[in-house]
Amino acid sequence: MEAREIVFDFLEGYDLLGAFWVTVKLTVYSALGALIWGTLLAGMRVGPVPLMRGFGTAYVNIVRNIPLTVIIVFASLGLFQTLQVTLGGGDNFETVNFRLAVLSLALYTAAFVCEALRSGINTVPAGQAEAARALGLSFTQVLRLIILPQAFRSVVNPLANVLIALTKNTTVAAAIGVVEAAYLMKDMIEAEAQLILISAIFAFGFICLTLPTGLVLGWVSKKVAVKR
Amino acid sequence: MSGVSVTKAAEDAAPAGDDLVVLSNVNKHFGALHVLQDIDLTIARGEVVVVIGPSGSGKSTLCRTINRLETIDSGAITIDGKPLPQEGKELARLRSDVGMVFQSFNLFAHKTVLENVMLGQLKVRRTDKAAAEQKARSLLDRVGVATQADKYPSQLSGGQQQRVAIARALAMDPKVMLFDEPTSALDPEMINEVLEVMQQLARDGMTMVVVTHEMGFARSAANRVVFMADGKIVEEAVPDQFFSNPRSDRAKDFLSKILHH
Repeated sequence: MEAREIVFDFLEGYDLLGAFWVTVKLTVYSALGALIWGTLLAGMRVGPVPLMRGFGTAYVNIVRNIPLTVIIVFASLGLFQTLQVTLGGGDNFETVNFRLAVLSLALYTAAFVCEALRSGINTVPAGQAEAARALGLSFTQVLRLIILPQAFRSVVNPLANVLIALTKNTTVAAAIGVVEAAYLMKDMIEAEAQLILISAIFAFGFICLTLPTGLVLGWVSKKVAVKR
Repeated sequence: MSGVSVTKAAEDAAPAGDDLVVLSNVNKHFGALHVLQDIDLTIARGEVVVVIGPSGSGKSTLCRTINRLETIDSGAITIDGKPLPQEGKELARLRSDVGMVFQSFNLFAHKTVLENVMLGQLKVRRTDKAAAEQKARSLLDRVGVATQADKYPSQLSGGQQQRVAIARALAMDPKVMLFDEPTSALDPEMINEVLEVMQQLARDGMTMVVVTHEMGFARSAANRVVFMADGKIVEEAVPDQFFSNPRSDRAKDFLSKILHH
């Protein structure tokens, strides 16, 4: 037996890649949800309707100040077990928990997307919106065609931060039994003696996911920057 | 004598009863500052009105109230007989008929020159793409920047950007064009290329309201000069009369400061 096999034989029987794949799926689905909902929230916060502005402000200030664990546990205990919200998952606990985790992560992360985007909107000179309004574009057209495209380009880096945080935040889904990377890690630590090595492997796994995210989006940020 | 000549010139420029833009008794405050005070101003179809006056006199604000980029506190503004509506679809429709050119150009920074001139046609007028592009290219040609069509605004000189901005406004076939100090942010050698485009527009019969410090343009292109100071219209006259024989002391003082060095 080679030394490599002896050191790593404790990995046998564990679906490491499968667990990280769940992490990736959690991240991608909730990132999409957060991006859409966060953009809508940002639109509300800069919009002319006081009720929507109020809602956007209240949402962001409440949601970003609640620990993610509380939100996810509430989704499981409150939405699912008390109110029987299954999000179309039926009797399959695994599916239901996964979907609840995606929902919670998306709702939570949207608050941060909204604020990143709002700071981006503030970098777009007021004259851009004035010129667009003067052409006869409606508020939503001004936002969609002129303001948001420029705002997004200026906040690629802050959004990369949000995405990296989201990737790591998916580990909280372990609290409601979603078998992603952190859940498997806890399992392995309980069953194996290689504590430090196991931790190091999972840390490395997350770096493999997040480091390219940061590097690629950093490059994108330079590429799409609006020159004035 | 002077009163007669004003009336005559105004009649020459436009027949009575064809008023395009009418401001009556308009008032506006910025906090404690009463920036527009009882403004009455009528602009006839085809008329070129140049608004001049010292900084802070309210002339830019006046210009911006006409398409409601600035709201007014009291009074009424009508364009082609219709009062300015509240913010919403109606106002957007009305704005699409009022071209505006800004001091700082305000070209859409993330779109090419061609896209800038096509956007309003596509999204407001719902013109089909080929027709919009054709019109955009011919307008860019008209203002002399056809070769820059695929560049981004930041790659153009100020004078070129302002000419694109004029083309962008013209693409909507506006009834009236508002110019808010269109040459004030330009390097001196680029001012003329923009003024020439504006001169041509005036000759073609476009109704124009021009806030400017370019007295040469006022003399040669305006049907009427409106002199503002401290939020009021102090004097209105045909250019020749205004520049050679201003009636008010405020205008005399202003002209003496800018014309004689």
